Amino acid sequence: MYTQSLDLPNTDAGNTDSAGLPTEAAFLARIARDEKIEPQDAMPEAYRKSLIRQISQHAHSEVVGMLPEGNWITRAPSLKRKEILLAKVQDEGGHGLYLYSAAETLGASRDDMIDALHSGKAKYSSIFNYPTDSWADIGTIGWLVDGAAIMNQVPLCRCSYGPYARAMIRVCKEESFHQRQGFDIVRALCEGTPAQKQLAQESVNRWWWPTLMMFGPHDSDSEHSGQANAWGIKRISNDDLRQTFVDVTVPQAAFLGLTLPDPLLEWNAERGHYDFGPLDWDEFWRVVRGDGPCNAERLNDRVEAFEKGRWVREAAVAHAARHAARAVSIASEKIAA
Amino acid sequence: MSTSPESSWSLFEVFIRSKQGLDHKHVGSLHASDAAHAVTLARDVYTRRQEGVSIWVVPSNAITASDPDQRADNFDPMASKIYRHPTFYDIPEEIGHM
Repeated sequence: MYTQSLDLPNTDAGNTDSAGLPTEAAFLARIARDEKIEPQDAMPEAYRKSLIRQISQHAHSEVVGMLPEGNWITRAPSLKRKEILLAKVQDEGGHGLYLYSAAETLGASRDDMIDALHSGKAKYSSIFNYPTDSWADIGTIGWLVDGAAIMNQVPLCRCSYGPYARAMIRVCKEESFHQRQGFDIVRALCEGTPAQKQLAQESVNRWWWPTLMMFGPHDSDSEHSGQANAWGIKRISNDDLRQTFVDVTVPQAAFLGLTLPDPLLEWNAERGHYDFGPLDWDEFWRVVRGDGPCNAERLNDRVEAFEKGRWVREAAVAHAARHAARAVSIASEKIAA
Repeated sequence: MSTSPESSWSLFEVFIRSKQGLDHKHVGSLHASDAAHAVTLARDVYTRRQEGVSIWVVPSNAITASDPDQRADNFDPMASKIYRHPTFYDIPEEIGHM
């Protein structure tokens, strides 16, 4: 669903290259020529580490992102909405898999990544630590949260690391359905009874600011952005993406007859953009560091699902072993005959 | 973590034929307990929107790749052999399409 986490500090992306790796200058020259880097190519250790951090955090976000929406699968208002939501949540699981696979091409182990998520060591997008209290939140997540995700992810389709770029192309294609189905839910509520419209408005009021925070810290406070730009991983700055998102979303809200909860939101003809109010960065860092409304609940649910599924994974291994053994015994019987 | 059951799921590369008559094309990879399981999972992961009509899975460690450091030695010599392309040759206008 989304990556903001590329800017979140938690690992050491140093600049030291061990012997035998390309010099930073030679590598940067390849990037400048817009050459894609593939798994077996030589690359600076810091590039590898930085990508593993970003791609795995992105994968975790996809997987944790299934939880707030899963909350409404059994309570979707119609069979059609339920089928759509199931398909969307299944997509998110698939996105997690594409991304874990991309990280594995860099030498990261799947078990280590999952372990880092479950132990609370790894970060995931802060947006999923907010609750989905009403059905309208499912619409708002699709329209705004997935809309912001697409804005973040489209430039990643051109990122310098081939497997990540290819995974993102696949993700973005599917994400477009997510945003439209969300807009469709919000639109249905806005065209419904006054109570339904109010549900939509309250939901947008709750999600607007957390959505803007998804783009990450201001460029001036973003510790990984500079290096990520130089490496061709990040193509457009956090603040530029956030501005674009505000500019495209304001008219959509107006179409729906909804207001956005920002008294400072105003068209600035001189800049050719909407001005908007300051974000609550204390809240952002609180949620990132584990103190959001649902951080503990999300991790517990994730670990519980993993543990409850353990017997399935074990059974698959036992099944495969028995089939392999049977194939061997049939082969030896044939030889004996 | 190396003793967990999920570690014994091996890595498979997935190839999808998008349409009858076209080649299978590499689309990604996944972990599975065996090849048959990998086909089942590949169906769920890579063909949710009718992206394919046929799936191949290959154990990742069965693939042998050319050495990226040899890329120039392997492939650059062909850059000078432009006479292998039909566009190298001038065909008189009177002849038309050939």
